[in-house]
Amino acid sequence: MDKRNRSAGIALALAAVLVTTPLLPLALWSFAGEWRFPDLLPASWSLRGWEALLAPGSRFTEAVLNSLVIAAAVTAAAVVIGLPAGMALGTHDFRLKGVVIFIILLPILVPPLASTMGIHLTFIRLGLADTMFGVFLVHLVPTVPYTAIILTSVFAERTGELEEAARTLGAGPWQAFWHVTLPQVAPGVAVAGLFAFLISWSQYILTVLIGGGTVITLPMLLFSAASGTDPVITSTLAVVFALPAVVALLLALRYLNPGNERGFLGVGKVS
Amino acid sequence: MIGERTRIALLLAPALAVILVLFGGGLYAALLQSLGYFPAIGMTEPGLDAYRAVLTSPDFLNSLALTVYVAGASTAISTVLAVLLALALRRAPGRISTALFQLPVTVPHLVAAVGVALVVTQTGLGARIAAALGLIGEPADFPALLYDRYSAGIILTYVWKETPFIALIVLAALRGVASELEEVAQTLGANAWQRFWYVIFPAIYPAVVAASLVVFAFTFGAFEIPFLLGQDYPTMLPVTAYREYRSIDLSARPAAMAINVILALLTALFAAAYLRLSRELRRG
Repeated sequence: MDKRNRSAGIALALAAVLVTTPLLPLALWSFAGEWRFPDLLPASWSLRGWEALLAPGSRFTEAVLNSLVIAAAVTAAAVVIGLPAGMALGTHDFRLKGVVIFIILLPILVPPLASTMGIHLTFIRLGLADTMFGVFLVHLVPTVPYTAIILTSVFAERTGELEEAARTLGAGPWQAFWHVTLPQVAPGVAVAGLFAFLISWSQYILTVLIGGGTVITLPMLLFSAASGTDPVITSTLAVVFALPAVVALLLALRYLNPGNERGFLGVGKVS
Repeated sequence: MIGERTRIALLLAPALAVILVLFGGGLYAALLQSLGYFPAIGMTEPGLDAYRAVLTSPDFLNSLALTVYVAGASTAISTVLAVLLALALRRAPGRISTALFQLPVTVPHLVAAVGVALVVTQTGLGARIAAALGLIGEPADFPALLYDRYSAGIILTYVWKETPFIALIVLAALRGVASELEEVAQTLGANAWQRFWYVIFPAIYPAVVAASLVVFAFTFGAFEIPFLLGQDYPTMLPVTAYREYRSIDLSARPAAMAINVILALLTALFAAAYLRLSRELRRG
């Protein structure tokens, strides 16, 4: 092992420690029984946190179901809406393309919190406030830009030659899309879908504003636990809340080729 | 057959409709309410009163100063750390460092905030390690890093989340052009510092600036972490806007909306700068 490799190894170990430091206490606390200061490890272990989540009267199951239903619906819609936009931006050049990209990028950097407070009154008038459907609608604001931008880069890397060949062989435009384009962009669509799911799953303030406390989701339970004093409940909720991200990461590492390594960038910008 | 332009318009229509109606419409409604046009509570005379009040109030200026400080400090620390880590890790196995860095990027901010809080709170992991090393005797000896005037908890959480984000972008740039050029410089006899300053830095600089800009804009406008780990006063702009909005006094709403509009304008400016920069990047 030469000197360079060794220093890279030390840097890697340091990075691993920094990355895991805030995650470690979450994992430990969620199974901790008694853990007094200044003990470095819990004196006893317990499943109290997990039992509390599933106890009668706990809103955990309701919150997880709501979070899942909203995130699944948002994922489907954001992919269906973002796919044609990505196709147009990735395969065509046109006037105003720069303006369109700017508009699509805006909700990624301008906080959707500002627009959601503005639209709240209209949602109340339309009967959309305090409903799952209203929450679903505002979750589209931070997700559609990501699916559109990811799919733009997916389509930009393609030449369209295969579609041309299919068309020459007599396929209609829909047939070419279903049988040639879609299977080819499927991995990109999966990444865009994972993104949309994680962004929706992570939303807190948009859900609070539009759901008005009627639509309870997992981050709302986590927030109220974190404002309290029981680290066991807080950590258990945080572990469950982090689970989809960890699963998505493992899936991405397993199924996406190294060229797609950057496909996950940016989730942190919105959650 | 439909024309090419119609086709493009139709393909873009759903995404643009979502953004223009739900996002643009929301910002437009915020603008109207900030101007005092709020028929629901009988305000129908538009004016700039809310802006005059907000822009001259010490509460807003303190909030703005805190926001610039937290976003600036988080971005600066994350950027420096990210460049150092990327330089140190560029010869480590790519898949391992990528997987490692993607963990904080992917985990929700709220989880990061709770985790950091459990490390830096006065009975947290940090204090326990300090006690084990004999540095402190009891929890109160450990510095208060949550809900504090320096916003240490907020900045630490952002640094944990955003450093890997920037590092991944810098690593990609380093593995591209920079590594080839560096070898050339080395054969030509450049020392380590010269190689960094004249070869590597110019090659990664645009990527670093673009990534930092995204982080600055995000930390400037994000709500969750300052709401959870921030002090009571002053609060960061998004939290201030939310508190005004939630105020029982409905006449505080124009002020809340004015803060939202100012926040949107500033972050839109960052977005425009980012887009310009990334276009120049692509042109090379």
